[in-house]
Amino acid sequence: MPKKGNPPLQGELLQGTLDLLILKTLALGPAHGHTIAHVIERRSDAVLQVEHGSLYPALHRLEDREWIASFWGTSENNRRARYYRLTPAGRKRLVEQESRWDDLVRAIDRVLRPAPEER
Amino acid sequence: MSWARFFRRRRWDEERARELQSYLEMETDENVARGLSPEAARDAARRKLGEPLRIREEIYRMNTMGIVDAFAQDLRYGLRILRLNPGFAAVAILSLALGVGANSAIFQLLNAVRIRTLPVKDPSELVEVRIADRKGAVGRFNGRFPQLTNPLWEGIRDKAEGFSDLAAWGTSRFDLSDGGEARYAEGIWVSGGFFPTLGVRPAAGRLLRLDDDVRGCASPGVVIGHSFWQREFGGDPAAVGRRLRLDGHLFPIVGVSAPGFFGVEVGRSFDVAVPLCAEPIISGVSGDLDRRDWWFLTVLGRIKPDWTATRVTAQLASLSPGILQDTVSPRFSPDDVKKYLAFSLAAFPAGTGVSSLRRNYERPLWILLAMTTLVLLIACANLANLMLARASAREREIAVRLAIGASRGRIVRQLMAESLLLAGAGAAAGGLLARWLSTSLVAFLSSESNRLFVDLQMDWRVLAFTSGLAVLTCVLFGLAPAVRATHVAPAAAMKSGGRGVTSSRERFGLRRGLVVAQMALSLVLVVGALLFVGTLRNLLTVDPGFRPDDLLVASMDLRRAGVPEGQRVAAKKDIVDALARLPGVTAAAHVDVLPISGSGWNQTILVGGVAQKDFPQLNRVSPGYFKTMGTPFVAGRDFEETDTGSSVTVAIVNETFARTYLGGGDPLRQAFQIQEPPGAPRPQYQVVGVVKDTKYYNLREPFKPIAYLAAAQETQPDEYLQVVMRTAAPSATAPAVTRTVAGVHPLVALTFDTMSSQLRRTVQSEALMATLTGSFGVLAGVIAAIGLYGVMSYLVARRRNEIGIRMALGADRAAVVKMVLRESGMLLAAGIVVGAVLAVGAARTASALLFGLTPGDPITFAKAVAGLAAVAALASYLPAARAARIDPTLALREQ
Repeated sequence: MPKKGNPPLQGELLQGTLDLLILKTLALGPAHGHTIAHVIERRSDAVLQVEHGSLYPALHRLEDREWIASFWGTSENNRRARYYRLTPAGRKRLVEQESRWDDLVRAIDRVLRPAPEER
Repeated sequence: MSWARFFRRRRWDEERARELQSYLEMETDENVARGLSPEAARDAARRKLGEPLRIREEIYRMNTMGIVDAFAQDLRYGLRILRLNPGFAAVAILSLALGVGANSAIFQLLNAVRIRTLPVKDPSELVEVRIADRKGAVGRFNGRFPQLTNPLWEGIRDKAEGFSDLAAWGTSRFDLSDGGEARYAEGIWVSGGFFPTLGVRPAAGRLLRLDDDVRGCASPGVVIGHSFWQREFGGDPAAVGRRLRLDGHLFPIVGVSAPGFFGVEVGRSFDVAVPLCAEPIISGVSGDLDRRDWWFLTVLGRIKPDWTATRVTAQLASLSPGILQDTVSPRFSPDDVKKYLAFSLAAFPAGTGVSSLRRNYERPLWILLAMTTLVLLIACANLANLMLARASAREREIAVRLAIGASRGRIVRQLMAESLLLAGAGAAAGGLLARWLSTSLVAFLSSESNRLFVDLQMDWRVLAFTSGLAVLTCVLFGLAPAVRATHVAPAAAMKSGGRGVTSSRERFGLRRGLVVAQMALSLVLVVGALLFVGTLRNLLTVDPGFRPDDLLVASMDLRRAGVPEGQRVAAKKDIVDALARLPGVTAAAHVDVLPISGSGWNQTILVGGVAQKDFPQLNRVSPGYFKTMGTPFVAGRDFEETDTGSSVTVAIVNETFARTYLGGGDPLRQAFQIQEPPGAPRPQYQVVGVVKDTKYYNLREPFKPIAYLAAAQETQPDEYLQVVMRTAAPSATAPAVTRTVAGVHPLVALTFDTMSSQLRRTVQSEALMATLTGSFGVLAGVIAAIGLYGVMSYLVARRRNEIGIRMALGADRAAVVKMVLRESGMLLAAGIVVGAVLAVGAARTASALLFGLTPGDPITFAKAVAGLAAVAALASYLPAARAARIDPTLALREQ
């Protein structure tokens, strides 16, 4: 639930951003879909409200590209769950994507808040 | 998207379903922990996740390819539809299988004898070196491809440039037995460079090298073919080093050639390759290889990479005068020398090898391919008609589907999937049928004395051809009906539902057109079949000038008997006399050139000292020959015991000879000479008898002038003897002949043949054409009849109401029958007119293969038209009779 006045960003995630968030989450260690969804929601202070269902096609896409791998395991409260972990290729991808994201943010930032021009 | 996942997409989906389930359970757990009631917890979890089915669908779509999935669906649907109509499917697949099978079989043969290159290293680099136009060459010709003489080959070998390898080879056969009835192996003479030029590998031992073929070799090694090795030695590696008996001489086997290598002649497989230098050993005559008028070799070369065939030919042309000048034979007359020196050597592409099979059968095979294509077209037209009928039966179903939003393309695709299934199944069955057909065709053409070997293995060309046929047929019979089926306004189709009084003409245009096309193509096939059957009948009934039944021919090889030249005439006479005394043999005689055997002997003659134009055919026979053959005398007498080497040289001539060369006056008072080399004696042959004309080389030729010389007056008799015997039981007599000959000379090798089987062989190609085109004609007629029957029945069914009204208004049954028959009669007439035009054109291309018939033979055409009309009448009478049985009250009430 949004804590600030702004409504949660929903369905507005840039293509690829969700991928980046998933990869980043998995960089902490293997996790299953439920955890990933909640981690993203919690860490973004609930601003990024992923519809949890849309996570799964994204996971599937990432696995298809072999950036993440999956295995069946047992969850904290003894439920069978499908765990995902980052592959070496995925780790490389994460580094790339992070720096690209930084570039993007800086670029947008410069557009939105131009530095005072020298006259 | 990976293929592995595509094929496992169903399992993958189940996996995802479980994963989503596991999410729901965890979320529910948490919600319960937060204090929600279990139901509320589950609902909240569901809301959080979203619609699981939609998620699964999204993932499933990522794993699949829409087109492939839809296609698989269409195929499954098509399969279901076909399974519901097994009768239709069976007829369709069977007719396609016959069409595709016949086509592929003929193509397989064409591919093997004409298109495919030799199974050797880089066949495209191979050329044949020969005299461009060898007409007018004189001398002795042996083997199936006598292009060059040994001195010419040596000249080419020593002088030609631009070749990385050169080799010569010739065909022969060698007797494997050690006396008695001969057992022949297919042999080839090869120069030392033969195997290196072709780049063939040994399967065991080694192959012949240049140093194996050295003039004067004493006991050179020979190489055996792979199939001979399997057949004679059971593939035993110890065969290498064993000695092989060839015409009574022993030669060590040095190796076996690779499997799949059959030699350079397509249609034969060599058993044993013998170096050229062994020729004097086997023939027992030294100096044969230096004979400049003995033609028996073919020369093959591999062009150097930086040379072209054109450049090699230019170079050969400039070398020719020198090579020819050095090899002029002393036996040539001045005229012969002039022709000889005008020859020119040239290189011809030889990547596909040489083939007498190709020479004889290429044209028939192309014609057969054209005919089988017609059969396939007829079958396609027939199927298209059946598909149209089925499509109109499904009109309502298709209309409903269009109405509820199916796209036209999707419905066409679906109908095409059905056609593709039929075409695929038909082509697969046809492919199997083709293998059987082509093997049986080769078996049909092959015989004990003429063993054919045609490599019929599948290659990409045959596969491409057969699958191309499948696609083509599918488009031909499937596309039009499928497209047409969707061009129905749904509302109209659903409203009509078979209620129209009479269906509009336009909707039947295509079906009528297809029937007309079938009739026309059938007429072409039936005319073709009748022409070839007529040709065979004419050949079989043509009078060869002798009675071919009950004639046994024994060919003997006396070389091992070692009879000196001076005693050969007497030795041969002893054998002939002994055979004539055999019980059951009514007459026997020596004959050098057996009629219709394909071999011949001709020479220029002089009458009154003047050389005559054109060569008459010659033959040498002993007394009783004409009695044995059943050829009557017109005048004069037969040879007699008193015609000997010391008496006047005499000759018997046939009527054509007498007419052509001895035009003026009584032939029996005239004489002629045979042109002999300068210096040789030229006796006058006194004509003592005139006989009826007989065929010489083959049955098709007009009678040629023939002169028969007396066997007893031969001055240089060779060591071969051919005896023809008249006996009621030819095959039963053979063992007695073997025993009798062995009694006279134990080491004589024999082979037997009968005149009638030899005649059968000479009309083999015609018999093949008649049999095959005959069956194609019948097949085409049957398919066309089925097509006509189908369309007429359909028309009658659609016009039930109309016919009912007509009958209610007073038309009687005869009138209804007449109406239906008139309808089909019009289709038939249109088909015959179109077909006749096509048939005249088609028959003209085959005119060279016909005998005693013109391509436009009116009787043949009349027969074909009558036959087709009879079949068509039968096919349309049944629907007509059904129409006549329609009960008007029932037909009208059905509305």
